[in-house]
Amino acid sequence: MTAIPFKTAPSLRSNRRWALIAAYACLGIFVVFFLFPPYYMLVTSLKTNAEIAELASNPWIVTDGVTLGHYEHLLTESSFPRFFLNTTIVTVIVVAITMVISVLAAYSLARLRFWGSGVLATGVFLTYLVPDTLLFIPLFKIVGWLGLLDTYWSLVLVYPTLTVPFCTWIMIGYFGSIPRELDEAALIDGANHMQMLLKVFIPVALPGLIAATIFAFTVAWANFLYPLAYIYSESEMVLTVGTVTTLIKGDVFHWGGLMAGALLAAAPPVILYAFLMDYYIAGLTSGATKG
Amino acid sequence: MADVTLQNLVKTFDTVEAVRGIDLSIPNNEFVVLVGPSGCGKSTVLRMIAGLEDVTGGDIRIGDERVNDVPPKDRNIAMVFQNYALYPHMTVAQNMSFGLRLRKVAKSEIRDKVQRAADILGIAELLDRRPRELSGGQRQRVAMGRAIVRDPEVFLFDEPLSNLDAKLRGQMRIEIQRLHQQLRTTTVYVTHDQVEAMTLADRVVVMNAGRIEQAGTPDEVYHRPRTRFVAGFMGSPAMNFLDCQITEENGRTVARLAAGPALPLPAEQAARARSYTGKKLVAGLRPENIREAAGHDGANSSGVPHDVSIDIVEPLGRETIVYFRLGDATLCARVGTEVHPSAGEQTSLVFHPDRLHLIDPETDLVL
Amino acid sequence: MRVLPPLLRRKPAVAVLMCVPLFALILGLVAYPFFHALFLATLNKAETAFVGLDNFTFLFGRQTFWMVVRQSLLFALVAVVFKALIGLAAAHAINTIPTKGQRKWRGMMLIPWVIPPALSTLGWWWLFEPTYSAINWGLTKFAMPAVPWLSDTFWARFSIILVNVWVGAPFFLIMYLAALKSIPGELYEAAEMDGAGPWQKFFFITLPMIRNIIAITTLFSIIVTLANFDIVRVLTQGGPLNTTHLFATYAFRVGIESGDIPLGASVSLFMFPMLAILAFIILRNVRRRAASLA
Ligand SMILES: Nc1ncnc2c1ncn2[C@@H]1O[C@H](COP(=O)(O)OP(=O)(O)OP(=O)(O)O)[C@@H](O)[C@H]1O
Ligand SMILES: [Mg+2]
Repeated sequence: MTAIPFKTAPSLRSNRRWALIAAYACLGIFVVFFLFPPYYMLVTSLKTNAEIAELASNPWIVTDGVTLGHYEHLLTESSFPRFFLNTTIVTVIVVAITMVISVLAAYSLARLRFWGSGVLATGVFLTYLVPDTLLFIPLFKIVGWLGLLDTYWSLVLVYPTLTVPFCTWIMIGYFGSIPRELDEAALIDGANHMQMLLKVFIPVALPGLIAATIFAFTVAWANFLYPLAYIYSESEMVLTVGTVTTLIKGDVFHWGGLMAGALLAAAPPVILYAFLMDYYIAGLTSGATKG
Repeated sequence: MADVTLQNLVKTFDTVEAVRGIDLSIPNNEFVVLVGPSGCGKSTVLRMIAGLEDVTGGDIRIGDERVNDVPPKDRNIAMVFQNYALYPHMTVAQNMSFGLRLRKVAKSEIRDKVQRAADILGIAELLDRRPRELSGGQRQRVAMGRAIVRDPEVFLFDEPLSNLDAKLRGQMRIEIQRLHQQLRTTTVYVTHDQVEAMTLADRVVVMNAGRIEQAGTPDEVYHRPRTRFVAGFMGSPAMNFLDCQITEENGRTVARLAAGPALPLPAEQAARARSYTGKKLVAGLRPENIREAAGHDGANSSGVPHDVSIDIVEPLGRETIVYFRLGDATLCARVGTEVHPSAGEQTSLVFHPDRLHLIDPETDLVL
Repeated sequence: MRVLPPLLRRKPAVAVLMCVPLFALILGLVAYPFFHALFLATLNKAETAFVGLDNFTFLFGRQTFWMVVRQSLLFALVAVVFKALIGLAAAHAINTIPTKGQRKWRGMMLIPWVIPPALSTLGWWWLFEPTYSAINWGLTKFAMPAVPWLSDTFWARFSIILVNVWVGAPFFLIMYLAALKSIPGELYEAAEMDGAGPWQKFFFITLPMIRNIIAITTLFSIIVTLANFDIVRVLTQGGPLNTTHLFATYAFRVGIESGDIPLGASVSLFMFPMLAILAFIILRNVRRRAASLA
């Protein structure tokens, strides 16, 4: 017995160390891969046009002095502020509509159960799987009939088809995980359905509500296909389409302005994530892990 | 305050008959405890009284009013749930006052009521905390506080202490008792715990399979069970059941236990058992009525000693539980701590027939 | 005490009322458009005459259309495989390091997924710019030949897959990380006592435990990738010579840009059977999972 050396401990420790080193190396490579495009966008947006056009210099760093000229131009002499305003209007309205529809429906589907509620819940999940690219052509006709073509109200109409199903789905999950005794306690305390929803369910499921709001916000902010298909006038455009289509034309050398525009347009969702990422990830993964 | 009457109360879930006709009348101020095995329908009865389940058949009255179709909030009841069901986003004070706020009670009145309830329960310094910052016992108090502030006509408790550890459960039990002495509100209390049932109840209602087996004072259900079920359910360790035969020996009526001693019946029992002479009955004898032979307390005079072989010994400190075999049956006895029979040992135990329960196996009723 | 009339006390009335907006939305803006798409697909270009399945037979006779089908499938499969692998590797790496630093790393890696794809693709577009490509600048520094990122068929396909992997891998990362975290640590400790090494632990514990999430995430990602629009639209507009078109961009080209709405609707609808099959499998998975949890 005593002859056998007890050698697992050191090898275990060095195993762990190597695993850790490998993990950090791996993470380092991934982070470079994931972050170099936005980094390059930022660098470009801070360069003067002359430096961007200069082929010999290192494109990855600013050598010729940092300039905010592109941003200034964007904010004062282009339609960019208009796009920003339009996007904000569309997004805020869509988020509001989405939350009202999905919270009401989720409360009903999670708690009240009625004939056909199971089918409707499955339907919600299936609609969530319908991509925007499947129906944009018939929706184009519908938007046309309603006279909404070439206005951002068309987006207010169609975006909820992308946001409501998922938001309803995760709210069903969150509401469903509230213990039933809580409703019963509220019932005995004298709450009616609206009070139950507003004073118990929504506050208790607040993390879910935040996750759903971020989701709706991002989808409405980032969609590209619908505005590209339905909006042609610069005054009605939203950020994604405005940046991609209008900032390229016109200028002789547009790269600095284009990158500045893309970064500014991406800033709101990125900032939102920076603060609320945990809620969103919890909501997203609960949708999948809770089923 | 009000009395509560249940008349032929029935509840069916799809195919399950959870409650099969309950008649119970609970006078004002009474503390009634519903006990019974898991799934016997205790919670269902309570929830029907609360209005959380629809009534399938029969009537519920609170005071003079038939409340079958009255929503919970208008029944003037308050309920304490097993897992407290505190609103996690509200402070203790907000939790307690939620019902009053929904009823638009004046702010100053709410504050007074919450303060008073908090004082009664000793949680005044917790009023600004949220439930997750409280210990189990404190949450339990808040849940009771929420019930008290409403000043309801009836308190409903569904296993309120079962999530607490044994020590805390003991404390809270005393607390509930004190509370009831103070408020005298009619109370229906559901529990699994016999000690809770015995200590808290004015009246214990033993349920089985959706029916009431017996309702009576704790003493009654313990010492004078009406059915074999009640006899076996109340008491821990449970009552021993043994086949026996009633015979007349030397002019006395005797219960001859299968593979055991013959116990002469006391006069009252004998009178009832006489008509069963020659028949097989079931004898129920509580563990505390089988004792060690050493007659130090002088109470052994009426007992019948019998030699048994000890199987298992469980020393519990205050007493010792021993298990032994008698024919095919395993029996249990409570003995003092002075004697220490050890497993496998032959020893003499004394059977006391004065507390013997005789059960007719055909009806399962105690004679 | 007040007795409510039974109808109002019954839940279904309220319940149905609360679902009406959702129901209207699904019916009016998802179900109806779907059937309308079926109808549109049977019309001629001017939408004046019923032409039956002519749009489909026309498509089936076109080289370009079959190329789009092949490209879409290739794109979806290759991109999803790489997204899944990178996501899994990154999730595993994050799960290995001390908990304290995990949030920071995860946050950095999620950035591609947070930027609206149309906008981040603009950055890639600039990175791939023929004359100014910053990637090519780097390659030539290391004495490698410059790559014709968007003008050569192979490299154009490579590029859109690369960008899609870049955008989509973080989603897998999040899902896998959540799944990894849901595995109880005792399992690994027990396996270690049974003498399992790191690879054995991965294959015999990690993989089986997160198999279901891998399946659901992958299927879900196939749908999203198959239906992708933004990246190709911004990067190549389908070029060179239609060799990077996907269903969506091709449908947009014929339906919106060339004004042949019925034909565009037909192209879009072509995705439907594939999506339906995937959705069916996902639903079954989700159901089974829900059942196993219940
Ligand atoms: N919502 C329901 N749907 C179907 N059956 C139910 C429902 N609630 C209770 N039951 C059934 O009714 C019977 C009585 O349940 P109940 O909850 O009243 O038992 P209990 O005595 O409180 O048990 P426990 O001591 O375990 O709490 C059980 O068989 C139970 O399965
Ligand atoms: Mg119960």
